[in-house]
Amino acid sequence: MHSEPVTVDQLQIAPARRHREVIIRYSLVVTALVSVLVSTLIVWSLLREAWTFITGVVWADTWGQQGWFPRRGLYDLPTIIVPSLIITGVAMVVAGPLGLGAAVYLSEYANPRVRSWLKPALEILAGIPSVVLGFFALTWIAPNIVGRIGKETFLVVGAALLLGYAAVSAGIARAKIRQYREGAIDPSARIGAVASIAVLVVVFALAAAWTLNVWLDFAPNNAGSLAAAGIGVGILVIPLVASISEDAMAAVPDSLREASAGLGARKMSTATAVVLPAAISGIVAAFIVAVSRAIGETMVVFMAAGAADAARFTDSPFEGGLTMTAAMASLASGTDSVVGEGLTFQSLYFVGLMLFLITLSLNIIASRFVSKVREAY
Amino acid sequence: MVSRLVDDRSRAAIAASIERRRVDTRGLLFKVVLQSCLLVTLALLAVLLVTVALDSTDQLGTRLWDFLQGTLRSRSSDESLGIHQGMYGSLWIAVIVAVLAFPIGIGAAVYLEEYAPRNRLTAFIEVNIRNLAGVPSVVYGLLGLALLLNGQIFGLDRLTGGSSALSGGITLAILVLPIVIITSGEAFRAVPMELREGAYGVGATRWEMIRTQVLPYAAPGILTGTLLSMARAVGEAAPLILVGAVTGRLGENPGLFDIGALDDRFTALPIVITSWTVQSGRDDGFTAAAAAAIVVLLVFVLMMNSAAILLRNRFEKKRG
Repeated sequence: MHSEPVTVDQLQIAPARRHREVIIRYSLVVTALVSVLVSTLIVWSLLREAWTFITGVVWADTWGQQGWFPRRGLYDLPTIIVPSLIITGVAMVVAGPLGLGAAVYLSEYANPRVRSWLKPALEILAGIPSVVLGFFALTWIAPNIVGRIGKETFLVVGAALLLGYAAVSAGIARAKIRQYREGAIDPSARIGAVASIAVLVVVFALAAAWTLNVWLDFAPNNAGSLAAAGIGVGILVIPLVASISEDAMAAVPDSLREASAGLGARKMSTATAVVLPAAISGIVAAFIVAVSRAIGETMVVFMAAGAADAARFTDSPFEGGLTMTAAMASLASGTDSVVGEGLTFQSLYFVGLMLFLITLSLNIIASRFVSKVREAY
Repeated sequence: MVSRLVDDRSRAAIAASIERRRVDTRGLLFKVVLQSCLLVTLALLAVLLVTVALDSTDQLGTRLWDFLQGTLRSRSSDESLGIHQGMYGSLWIAVIVAVLAFPIGIGAAVYLEEYAPRNRLTAFIEVNIRNLAGVPSVVYGLLGLALLLNGQIFGLDRLTGGSSALSGGITLAILVLPIVIITSGEAFRAVPMELREGAYGVGATRWEMIRTQVLPYAAPGILTGTLLSMARAVGEAAPLILVGAVTGRLGENPGLFDIGALDDRFTALPIVITSWTVQSGRDDGFTAAAAAAIVVLLVFVLMMNSAAILLRNRFEKKRG
C-alpha cells in the first residue's frame, strides 16, 4: 500500500473559515481596547480642563473665603471638602455596623433557607437608584430621624462613637506597643508604627473637638441637611459593605471554624475570634470601597443636603452644605451649558479630577486588601 | 471536716455545671444584635417603599393615565403634569445602552477570557476595567460633557446635537461598560473546560467553539449582567445632569418611538424625580408627583433587578 503524503494544505482549515477567525479575533481586540480608550479619554479630559484651572486660579483665594460660588469666581475648597468628609463619616457610621452585622449574620448564623430570602432582599436594596434615596432622605429621614435628634441625643451618640473609637485605637496601640517590646517590629517599620498611633490620636482629638463644637452650636433642622443626606448615602452603601464582607468571610475555610469548635469555642467566639480576624483584609476592603462610593455619591447629596442656598462654609452635620459632587451637579444643573465668569467651567473639571484621584487611590488600596484574602486562602 | 465540706461543694458545683445546660447569654445577645442589623436594614427598605407608595397615591390613584401622558409643568396642580418626556428619555437611553454597551462589553469579555494571552497588556486591561467600575458616575458625566457636548475630541457634538438623549445614552453606555465586561467575564469563567475541549476535539475553530459552547452556556450569566447594568443605567441621574438633561424649555412632546427627537433637548425619569423633589420645598404637591415618578421608575428598575436575581439563582441551583 502506498498513500500520498499529507500536505500542509490538507491540514489547514478552509481559507474562508480562517479569515473569519482572524476578522472576529481582531474585532474582539478592538472591543477590549474600548475600555482603555475610555480611561484615556477620562484622564485626558479631566487633566486638560483642570490644568487650566490649576494654572489660572489664585491659590490664596481657595482657602478661607466665604464659600464656593464658582459663577462669581469664588472657589473656597474647604467649603466643598469638609461636607464631603462629614457625609462620608455619617454614611459609614450608618453602613459600617449595619452592613458588617448583616454580613456576619448571613455568613455565620443564617441557615440556607433564611439566607435565600435575605440575600435577594439586600440585592433589591442595592438596586434602588440613588435618586430614590435622595427623595427618601429629604422627605422622610430629614423630618423623622434627623429632625428628632435633640442636643442630648447628639451628645450621647457622639460620646458613644468617640468612646468606641478610643477603645478600638487603644487596642491597636497596645498591640503595637507589645510587639515593640517583644522586638517583633522590624526597625524599619518602627516609624510606621509610631506614625499610625499618632494618626489615631490626632483623628480622635479632631473628632472630639468637632463633636463638642457641633454640640455647642446645635440647631435642629428638619429640612435637608448633611446628616440627612449622610444617612441616605449610608443606606445606599449598606449592601456594598455587607456583600464584600460576606464574600471575605465565605472565603475563610470551614476547617478553621471546625478547629475552633473542636477546642470548645462557642459560635460567638468562633465568629469574633476566628472568622473576623481571618477575613479582616476583606472587611477593610469593604469599608474602603464603601468610603469611595460615599465620596462619589452625587444625587442623594444634591437632593437632600440642603445645598441649594448653602454654598457657604459649614462644618455642622445639621446644616445644609455642598459636597464636591453636589457642587458639580449644581453647577451643571438646569442649563445645557455651564456659564460663568473666568474659570467656572474649568472648576468643574478640577473638582472632578480631585474626586477621580481620591476614589481611584481608595479603590487601588481596597483591591490590595482583597488580593490579600485571596492569597491567604 | 471543713475541707471535706468544701470538697463536696466544689464537686457539686462541677457536677452541676456539667449537667445543667447554661444559657449562653452573651452569645444570644450577639446573635440578636446581628439579627437586628439585618432587621433595621430591611425595615429601612420597607419604610422607603411604603413612604413612596403612600406619597404617590395622590397622583397615581386618581390620574394614572394622565400622569403617564402629561408633561413637565411649573405648578404641581397643573392638570397636564406628567412624566411623558422623562419616559421618552429613559426609554431611548436604555435602547442606546443596549445597542452600544452590550455588544462592546460582551465582545471585550470574550476577548479577555477566551483569546487574550496571559501577559502584562491583558493584566493592564483587566485592572483598568476594574478601576473604571469604581469611577464615580458624575465623572462619566464630565467625560460626556467634554466629548459629546463641547466636542473637544473628535467633534462628536455635531453627531449628538449637543445636549440630547443621544449624548445621555452614550454617556451611560460608557458608564455601564465595565459592569457588562466584568459580569460577562464571570459567566465565561464558569463554563467548564470540558465543553471547550470537546468542541476542539471535533474540529471546531476557536470562534466556532465559543459560538456553539461558551456563549450558550454563559447566556444566563450574561443576561443577568446586562439586566443589572440596564437597571443601573435607567436609574442613574448624575451623569445626565452633567450632560445637560433639563426639566424646562423642552421641545414638543415627542411620540414614545419618535427617533427624530433623539438629538433634541432631553430629560429622563431620574432627572424628573430630582427636579420635583427639589421643588417640593416651595410647592408641596411636587412631593406626590416625585413619589409617583419614583414608583414608575422603581417598577422598571426592580423588575429588571429581580429578573436578574431570579435568573442567576435558578441557574446556580441547576448547575450546583
